[in-house]
Amino acid sequence: MMRRFSGSSRMRGWALGVAVVLWGFSAAPASAQKDSCVACHSNLPGEYGRPAKLFSSDIHHQAGLSCADCHGGDRTDDSMNAMSPAKGFRGVPAKAQVPQFCGRCHSDPSYMRKFNPSLRTDQVSEYFTSVHGKRLKQGDTKVAVCVDCHSVHDIRAPSDPRASVYPTNVAETCAHCHADANYMKGYKIPTNQYALYEKSVHAAAIAGGDTSAPTCSTCHGNHGATPPGVSSVANVCGTCHAMNEQLFEKSPHGAAFARMGLPGCVQCHSNHEILKPTDALVGTGPKAICVTCHVKGDNGYNTAQKISEGLDNLKAGYQKADQALDTAEKSGMEVSPAKVELTSAHSDLIKARVAVHSFNAADVLKITNQGVEISHKAYEAGIAALHERDYRRKGLAVALIAIVIAMSGLYFKIRRSERG
Amino acid sequence: MAGIKRRIFGWLDERIGGGSLEEFLRHKKVPLHRHTIWYYFGGMALFLFVIQVLTGILLLMYYRPTASGAFESVQFIMTQVKFGWLIRSIHSWSANLMILIVFIHMFSVYFMKAYRKPRELTWVTGMLLFFIVLAFGFSGYLLPWNTLAFFATKVGTDMAGFVPFFGKWILVFLRGGKEVTGATLTRFFGFHVAVLPGLATLLLALHLLLVQRLGMSVPPGVEKKIKEGKEPERSMPFFPNFLLRDVMGWYGALGALGALAAIFPWELGVKANPFGSAPAGIHPEWYFLFMYQTLKYLPPKILFINSELLGLLGFGVAGAIWVLVPFLDYKHGFGRVTRFFTGLGIFALGFIIVMSGLALF
Repeated sequence: MMRRFSGSSRMRGWALGVAVVLWGFSAAPASAQKDSCVACHSNLPGEYGRPAKLFSSDIHHQAGLSCADCHGGDRTDDSMNAMSPAKGFRGVPAKAQVPQFCGRCHSDPSYMRKFNPSLRTDQVSEYFTSVHGKRLKQGDTKVAVCVDCHSVHDIRAPSDPRASVYPTNVAETCAHCHADANYMKGYKIPTNQYALYEKSVHAAAIAGGDTSAPTCSTCHGNHGATPPGVSSVANVCGTCHAMNEQLFEKSPHGAAFARMGLPGCVQCHSNHEILKPTDALVGTGPKAICVTCHVKGDNGYNTAQKISEGLDNLKAGYQKADQALDTAEKSGMEVSPAKVELTSAHSDLIKARVAVHSFNAADVLKITNQGVEISHKAYEAGIAALHERDYRRKGLAVALIAIVIAMSGLYFKIRRSERG
Repeated sequence: MAGIKRRIFGWLDERIGGGSLEEFLRHKKVPLHRHTIWYYFGGMALFLFVIQVLTGILLLMYYRPTASGAFESVQFIMTQVKFGWLIRSIHSWSANLMILIVFIHMFSVYFMKAYRKPRELTWVTGMLLFFIVLAFGFSGYLLPWNTLAFFATKVGTDMAGFVPFFGKWILVFLRGGKEVTGATLTRFFGFHVAVLPGLATLLLALHLLLVQRLGMSVPPGVEKKIKEGKEPERSMPFFPNFLLRDVMGWYGALGALGALAAIFPWELGVKANPFGSAPAGIHPEWYFLFMYQTLKYLPPKILFINSELLGLLGFGVAGAIWVLVPFLDYKHGFGRVTRFFTGLGIFALGFIIVMSGLALF
């Protein structure tokens, strides 16, 4: 019954002893089917035992599969025979073989249908269109393969928050390689993307629980991990920021940027370090981006100035009205209709900020002027309320004086009539 | 001028006997002693009731008692109707002020033992008026149909459901259904502007009639001193002396109401959303707080009896004792029995003040 296999004689003796002991305890595993792989390997030390120990949390295990379903062999056989090539044992795949290893099932629609009919089965073919896949074919084994991103033996579904490919974890997973300057030596790409991304609004949104916010794979794709070409960056941002993209494409910048080979949205907003934009970014001020290209006197400069003024006017008008209404409300005046009207001025401010991407001063000013008018009306309503409040207080003073006069009149009448 | 007055009075006297009223008024006397000040509170309560009726009638011209119209109509009154803000705020402030004055009136009458024979019925009608005034407050509070009003009414009417046997029927009767809805609003409006005013007018007429017939009561201590000759029996004519002083007080109250309405207008709030959740810390108006706070302190169950039921029963029994005090204080204002009831009164007053204070802070 003894089989030849690689390893020291001490190892051999150890394994034999364990096998004999386990043979006596070979009860059926928790899953309906017998799994001798896990049963044996979970008692082995170090790296021999780790996969089996991790496997209980693996999605494949939960689907009823065992080690043998990937690595081959016979899960019902308690002997060392379980791992014979005759029984189809494939062993540990080399890194370059991993995509096909996983693809044996994951690219087989009729097989995958049995487990999850809605799962895609083109991941491997998509992978080989990516830089990772292409370089792997050329012999670069430093690139990411399936198990680098999805982990191995404790693979969780992407919808599981503990999965390495869950949206909140994706950036960290990519950063394992892409933020490691030593590892990435030799490749001509920067390694600061993760650090920059962590500062962005998108990272903050994801950290705040919004899993619809973009992470690395949202813009770069996951299996077809091709860096987007300059011409397609605006298309990526536009998937969510549709209005901004549409306006941008029709704007003077759209054609001009394409002609100059500039990366659309990224030119002003950056690709990884996308910070929360402020009104100061537009215009001719110290923080403005427009003046990085435009100079005083050119059309762009003048447009930027007008747009910036429009936004500032609306913001100032809105704040003035808000303050007046707030003061009126605090002194007890009923101004809720005016407050409701003012909210549309705030909406106009948001719309104007989107309209900036048309880089057309007239379009932006149309919206800001509307908002300024609404703000002005609300401000007038606030001032009117304050005047009404003052009128009421003056009226109260007059009434109180009259009442005091009446009361003193009564007092003197009482005194007079009682003295007699 | 005096001649014209005489002629008009004469004309009326020939037809409806107004002269006897004048005669009667001239004869009415108000006793003078160190506790005379408390005599003003009854008249003040009456004055505030008249204010409520007048402002209420004016509000009635614009108010719409439906779930879809109530809040908007109050908003309209507060913002569009000329002096609507004044009338509405005075109505709300005067309601609170009236309840406070009524409490003071009730306790001052109690401590001065004015409920003694022959004034037992005056006390009973007064107590019924007290309950009607609280009902006015409760029903009126819902009418603006804002969040606070809606949920305070929900909590308050929930209590009605705890009465044994009849509780469920009482709750449905009050709410016009199982839940607080627009039907509740219309029903409370009916109570507030028709049923309660009618009842109040009847009882008030009876109460005032009794007061006029039986004259003003003098506290037992003062009575004793007068009998022993230690204090002279002093009084002042009701008309015009006491009445003029009354009117001075009424003017003061009017000024206070105007100031409150102008400087602290009653808030509109947010329109009630029956599907929303009760705001945190929701509580009834201040005059119900002492009962609310007591119920909060009771553990959920005492000897398998639901504590809300126990609390209700407790207050019910206390209320019944309070109403029947004239018949229970059989020593007619002297001796240990009276002192017991004075102590009971001090306890009741202290309890109300302390519980209300705890609820507020």
